[in-house]
Amino acid sequence: MNNTYYGKLIFELSKEGRQGYSLPKNELGDYCMENLPANLMRGKAPALPQVDELTVVRHYTNMSNNNFGVDTGFYPLGSCTMKYNPKINEEMAAHHAFTCLHPLQDIDTVQGALEVYYSLQQTLAELAGLKEFTLNPFAGAHGELTGLMVMRSYHLSRHDEQRTKVIVPDSAHGTNPASAAVCGLDVVVVKSRPDGTVDVDDLRPLLDDTVAGMMMTNPNTLGIFEHNIAEIAKLVHDAGGLMYYDGANLNPMLGVCRPGDLGFDIMHINLHKTFSTPHGGGGPGSGPVGVRQGLEQFLPNPRVIRHDEEDGHYYTIGESDNSLGYVSGFLGNFAVMMRAYTYLLTLGRENVKWVGPLATLNANYVKESLKDCYELPLTGVCKHEFVFDGLKDKSTGVTTLDVAKRLLDYGFHAPTIYFPLLFHEAMMIEPTENESKETLDSFIEVMRTIAREAHEQPDMVKSAPHNTPVRRLDDTKAALDQIVTYRELNG
Amino acid sequence: MSKIIEGLFYSESQEYVRVEGEYGYIGITDYAQHELGNVVYVDMPEVDDEVTAGEDFGAVESTKAASDLMSPVSGTVVEVNEALEDEPGLVNKDAFENWIIKVQLSDKGELDNLMDAAAYKAFIGE
Amino acid sequence: MTYKFFPHTDEDIRSMLRTCGEQKLEDLYKDIPGELVFKREYDLPEAMSEVEVRRFFDELGGYNEPLTCFVGAGCYDHYSPAVVSDILRRSEFLTSYTPYQAEISQGTLQYIFEFQSMMAELTGMEVSNASMYDGCTATAEAMMMAVANAKKRNKVLISSTVNPIVIRVVETYAKFHGVEVERIAEENGVTSRADFEDKIARDDVAGVIVATPNFYGIIEDYTGWADLCHEHKALLVMNCVASALGVVKTPGEWGADIAVGDGQSLGVPMNFGGPYVGFLCTTKKLIRKMPGRIVGATVDADGKRTFVLTLQAREQHIRREKASSNICSNQSLMALYVTIYMSLMGPDGLRKVNELGYSGAHYLAERLCATGKFEMAFPDKPFLNEFAVKTNLDIDDFQEQCRFMGIQAGLKIADNTLLLCVTEARSKAEIDELIEQVEQLTSQEEN
Repeated sequence: MNNTYYGKLIFELSKEGRQGYSLPKNELGDYCMENLPANLMRGKAPALPQVDELTVVRHYTNMSNNNFGVDTGFYPLGSCTMKYNPKINEEMAAHHAFTCLHPLQDIDTVQGALEVYYSLQQTLAELAGLKEFTLNPFAGAHGELTGLMVMRSYHLSRHDEQRTKVIVPDSAHGTNPASAAVCGLDVVVVKSRPDGTVDVDDLRPLLDDTVAGMMMTNPNTLGIFEHNIAEIAKLVHDAGGLMYYDGANLNPMLGVCRPGDLGFDIMHINLHKTFSTPHGGGGPGSGPVGVRQGLEQFLPNPRVIRHDEEDGHYYTIGESDNSLGYVSGFLGNFAVMMRAYTYLLTLGRENVKWVGPLATLNANYVKESLKDCYELPLTGVCKHEFVFDGLKDKSTGVTTLDVAKRLLDYGFHAPTIYFPLLFHEAMMIEPTENESKETLDSFIEVMRTIAREAHEQPDMVKSAPHNTPVRRLDDTKAALDQIVTYRELNG
Repeated sequence: MSKIIEGLFYSESQEYVRVEGEYGYIGITDYAQHELGNVVYVDMPEVDDEVTAGEDFGAVESTKAASDLMSPVSGTVVEVNEALEDEPGLVNKDAFENWIIKVQLSDKGELDNLMDAAAYKAFIGE
Repeated sequence: MTYKFFPHTDEDIRSMLRTCGEQKLEDLYKDIPGELVFKREYDLPEAMSEVEVRRFFDELGGYNEPLTCFVGAGCYDHYSPAVVSDILRRSEFLTSYTPYQAEISQGTLQYIFEFQSMMAELTGMEVSNASMYDGCTATAEAMMMAVANAKKRNKVLISSTVNPIVIRVVETYAKFHGVEVERIAEENGVTSRADFEDKIARDDVAGVIVATPNFYGIIEDYTGWADLCHEHKALLVMNCVASALGVVKTPGEWGADIAVGDGQSLGVPMNFGGPYVGFLCTTKKLIRKMPGRIVGATVDADGKRTFVLTLQAREQHIRREKASSNICSNQSLMALYVTIYMSLMGPDGLRKVNELGYSGAHYLAERLCATGKFEMAFPDKPFLNEFAVKTNLDIDDFQEQCRFMGIQAGLKIADNTLLLCVTEARSKAEIDELIEQVEQLTSQEEN
């Protein structure tokens, strides 16, 4: 790791006159681009690097060595479901018969691709207990926004213009309120009870005829199943609102519960969490949105429609008049759908049902094995993840941030830290179903070692990491200097 | 222990007002700057903007958090502390010296709704 | 339940349950009311082996037809260097999360910094974010940014020459976000200057969205537009075809405040619509109003140059409902894609790509018109590699005949108008084949 020779930026490896491409000869040289009016052309060429092919390959290969991925090691990042990304997914996503398709190609020539879209959305509908999914949204937050647009469209269709209030638990992820705001809705926060679940008594007075709906994850951000969900759903429905399921925590529900059966009307799924598509350093993801029967008409255009005929079936791309509109240029991140569909075909019905229980077993195992060293604010069974409120012994001054950084030294990724906001020293751990007992045991051992180190050598822990490609970074300098391009760095 | 100055008016959302004649200087308290950590940006209104008691007029950002600035009083902005544009960290150096906006007060009666130094001290538990 | 993705042996499960003080796996769900538990089998197919999965997609792929592509309209069939897809498969990039733990994410952080630098160069703007979903949503975000910046105005103008797939996404976001979108009329393939001047003069506009090159492939002249926008306190937003910015006048040079678009034209495979990569670049002054992630340079505890996510306080995870946008996941890996592409192509490669497209498109346009069956929809308007033609032929019949020969002959954008595109991936022989189809159709009609 961290070969300093390659610590440079690609711009710093550039030399005038080098090139890394090969292009066909211009057989039509009579047509000269210089004929275009000079005042419409750029003054000088962009200062992009000029590098040969091997330099480019080495540069990015060495850069990748400074990264940590799921293939590198255990990645217990809470709420992110860092499960294994099967290789067969990648192979299928790169299938030329699909990658070569232009999204506006004639419908008769893309029937295979449309079948992938349709079958995947129907598979998700079965797993979720809902009627139909759109796969157009590009990510979880985009799905949330789309789902809220469905909610708003439903109310508008009933001339319920005044329904602009979205209820969100105080433990919710920041995207929930942000998505509501982008959608032009107002956020109202409902409190949690000491056990981390929604306070139904706090919810009741919020329910009136201005409520558009309620957004929830279940299990919630603390890994606790909202056992009052049926009552909550009834209250919200009785008030005329819709229930929105944030699919961020869907993984432990596979094989156990379906959001549709819990009373939810609209939901999004993060294919990059629950259905094994790679996170890619922050994307591309995919955020399909599903709805219960009656709400399909509001889903975004375009929609893939299946037509059954005597000699088989075919697909068309259609538009609905009541649709909320368009949230994407075409049909979403298609290659991500190829991966998720491959994963689901590979798992099959006999294996998909074990995903939830095994993920839940792993989380409970880690929780029970560490609760004597780390503060466990909520006891009892968790689902796919749980939250520690820092080290049990706070006297050493070693914080959650320090523990997280020290974990990096031992070759593990850190948990999600300082979220949820309910606890000061939150440390959110989510081991997925793919992790073996041996991996978990070594993680547990390291966590115990760090708890011991916090006692014996607190300063060493506070200055961690020590073995990573770089040491702790100066966030304040970055924010004050605002150097965000090579041009600024260089001059 | 945080610095608290006698004679200022304090809000529960951690702003203070120093009153001089018909004007009030508004900033965040020493306790608030400490909780926020290194301040990297102060989002300020423009001169002549109206501020209303209990409503936000800007925000303070640190590397890890952002906090809305709630105006403790109503009035018209007559000056903003331009030094904070170049050096937002001044808020950390001395939060009381480095006020954020100067407001022409429209209703001095609103000051009665704020805490004095002793009440504020009790409020933050020090 | 022995399966390749589940490492648990029966003994593992027993011993782990013991640690948890439980008897069986179902006990871990004892807190869920029984009536809520899903009790039947999922109605899904049984597991497939890899042999079967491969066969499945081979068969399904047989229902697709790869065509020689003469369509652009927001997705372009460009050459993609072998290096790019090879590096993208590296699992250190592919299987990592958002680079929150900077000490073990310098790979991702550094390429995002390079991406931002390259996009700023390409658009002629000062700063770029770490990517958006696609060109359509990037433009919608720019619309919201303009409205947030104006504070008291909530109207945005959009030129009718912007790609309609972009307009409809902008209009959808606007409808829910409470923004009024008004179109600026089109006049002979370009944005009406008179209509723009009339509408901007009302002093109620937060932003103006135009395109370069526009939907018809025309490079419009925006001389004086930025000044007029700024005079009336509106931001100028330019939606761009990324690849074309290698040669056409940049949003920076036009004086625009925000440059947005899709990076797909920088060698990203068409992939039936995605994933692509949106970009949003702006001025330093507006950096805090910019949505999405930004990477900045700093130093570590040893003083070594490093990169880190910065200005995060603007983002949804901290600002919640007050954030400048709800974007969280972006298209990071695709940002790496275009970063490697631009590294390989450099300024010269990008210019040559545009020259090849220009030559092919102008050759095709000239030959089509020479058949007497087509004429330029907007004669005398300058275009790069995409153009519209009018015809009296039945476009559906023509396209069907071409499809039979394995050619996607452009996109029908009106009853008698066809939008065509040529990139460096089209050979002269392929263009000649398309022209041959016109001649054949013509002779059939004459018989």
